[in-house]
Amino acid sequence: MNEEQIRAGLAEILEEVAGIDAAEVSEDRSFVEDLDVDSLLMVEVVVAAEEKFGVTINDEMAAELRTVGDAVRLIHGAMALV
Amino acid sequence: MTTRSDRRRVVITGTGVISPIGHGTPGFWAALLAGTSGVRTIAGFDASDLPAQIAGEVRGFEPDVYMERKVWRRIDPFAQYAIAAASEAVEAAKIEFDEELAARSGVLIGSGYGASRVNEEVFATLRDKGPRKIGPFTAASSAIDNAAGEVGIRFGITGPSGAISTACASGTSSIGESLRMIQHGYADVMLSGGSDDSVTRQDIASACSARALSTRNDEPERASRPFDTGRNGFVMAAGSGMVVLEEAGHALARGAEILAEVVGYGATSDAYHPTAPHPEGIGARSAIRQALADAGLNAEDVDYVNAHGTSTTLNDRTESAAIRAVLGAHAERIPISSTKSMTGHMIGAAGTVELIACVQAIRSGLVPPTINLDDPEDTGLNYVPHTAQERDVRVAISNSFGFAGHNAVVAVRRWQP
Repeated sequence: MNEEQIRAGLAEILEEVAGIDAAEVSEDRSFVEDLDVDSLLMVEVVVAAEEKFGVTINDEMAAELRTVGDAVRLIHGAMALV
Repeated sequence: MTTRSDRRRVVITGTGVISPIGHGTPGFWAALLAGTSGVRTIAGFDASDLPAQIAGEVRGFEPDVYMERKVWRRIDPFAQYAIAAASEAVEAAKIEFDEELAARSGVLIGSGYGASRVNEEVFATLRDKGPRKIGPFTAASSAIDNAAGEVGIRFGITGPSGAISTACASGTSSIGESLRMIQHGYADVMLSGGSDDSVTRQDIASACSARALSTRNDEPERASRPFDTGRNGFVMAAGSGMVVLEEAGHALARGAEILAEVVGYGATSDAYHPTAPHPEGIGARSAIRQALADAGLNAEDVDYVNAHGTSTTLNDRTESAAIRAVLGAHAERIPISSTKSMTGHMIGAAGTVELIACVQAIRSGLVPPTINLDDPEDTGLNYVPHTAQERDVRVAISNSFGFAGHNAVVAVRRWQP
């Protein structure tokens, strides 16, 4: 799976849990400032991403995520380890 | 206690219903007058191993019509139903909560069991997948006050809010306590009512074990038969009833249509048994008496009783005796019906939905029937068998008697300025 496919998968999750239009989910967008994803919603996003991509994202890593691009790269890296 | 003359008067300016026999007050009311049963074989989950396999489920409910997906996906159906019913009530009342009114308004929503479905799912997830898979909003959405919280957020209401839980009396207790909040000046408007989605495996199994449910699985529509000697238990149902309660002067000042006045409330407890009512109905009698006294009404003023009428032998028998004890000879002159014969028992929603039926009876001059009533347990009382009756209803009372011996009665009267 490449980074674009991961971004598209993340967009699906964000639409599902937060009603965010897929077109808004580009790599430079900040979860908190641009997409209004607060810390509780972020927990949902991370758990859904773990299921969808078959990876483990620990809480410290999740806390570092600022932008969609951060999440895409983290998931991509985690998938490489699987 | 304040006297009636120095209390503020409280009126209903909007109603909303989500029920097994219709979504929206007009459809619900038409179904009641037509004697429509909402009881069917349970379709929402596999009930084949349960003694009771029938219920009054809310069918065809589309939460997208009432709220955004991101809202409904994280809350229990009981909170979704409350938002839907509240939206109808607010729209009907043509009320807008600007900043000033929002601060003078509150939300009180009764529920017997609250977020049953969310809680069932959480227990299963915790057991099967572990704590990390529990969603972060569960901390809020699993709570019994979640419906009130979500409705408050939806309308931006910033006065007092919360849940009230008195089992099957919750919807009536909620109206009564809201009435007092407005009477005594803590709020000018209350969005008040009840909501429950107790058609879950857990709730059905529990009520079966309490020997409370009808197991007439082969005849669902005939299973809820209050006051009929052939009854064998109540039928679990789901839904929500919500009303806009408003201080009368406030409603008049904004030109609102007044549907009825809420004039009295009585609440007592049996302190007797976890599920059975007191055999002499002492608490039930006392609650009816208190509601009438609170309203300044005599027994002869009552034109219609919407009975609790669950279709269990213990409740029906006790309630008939209580009505006779309080209303005396007048009890035989007025219609007494149980709309649970059609809706099933909507638990925390029942009391408010039944109050709405009383309001409709006052406005229409028609009282809804008790269906499935072939052989009445008390032949001297008019339980309005099978078909609606034309009656000039000026005053109606709605009875609710819950498990744990919670008794609540509300009296409503046609509006007279």
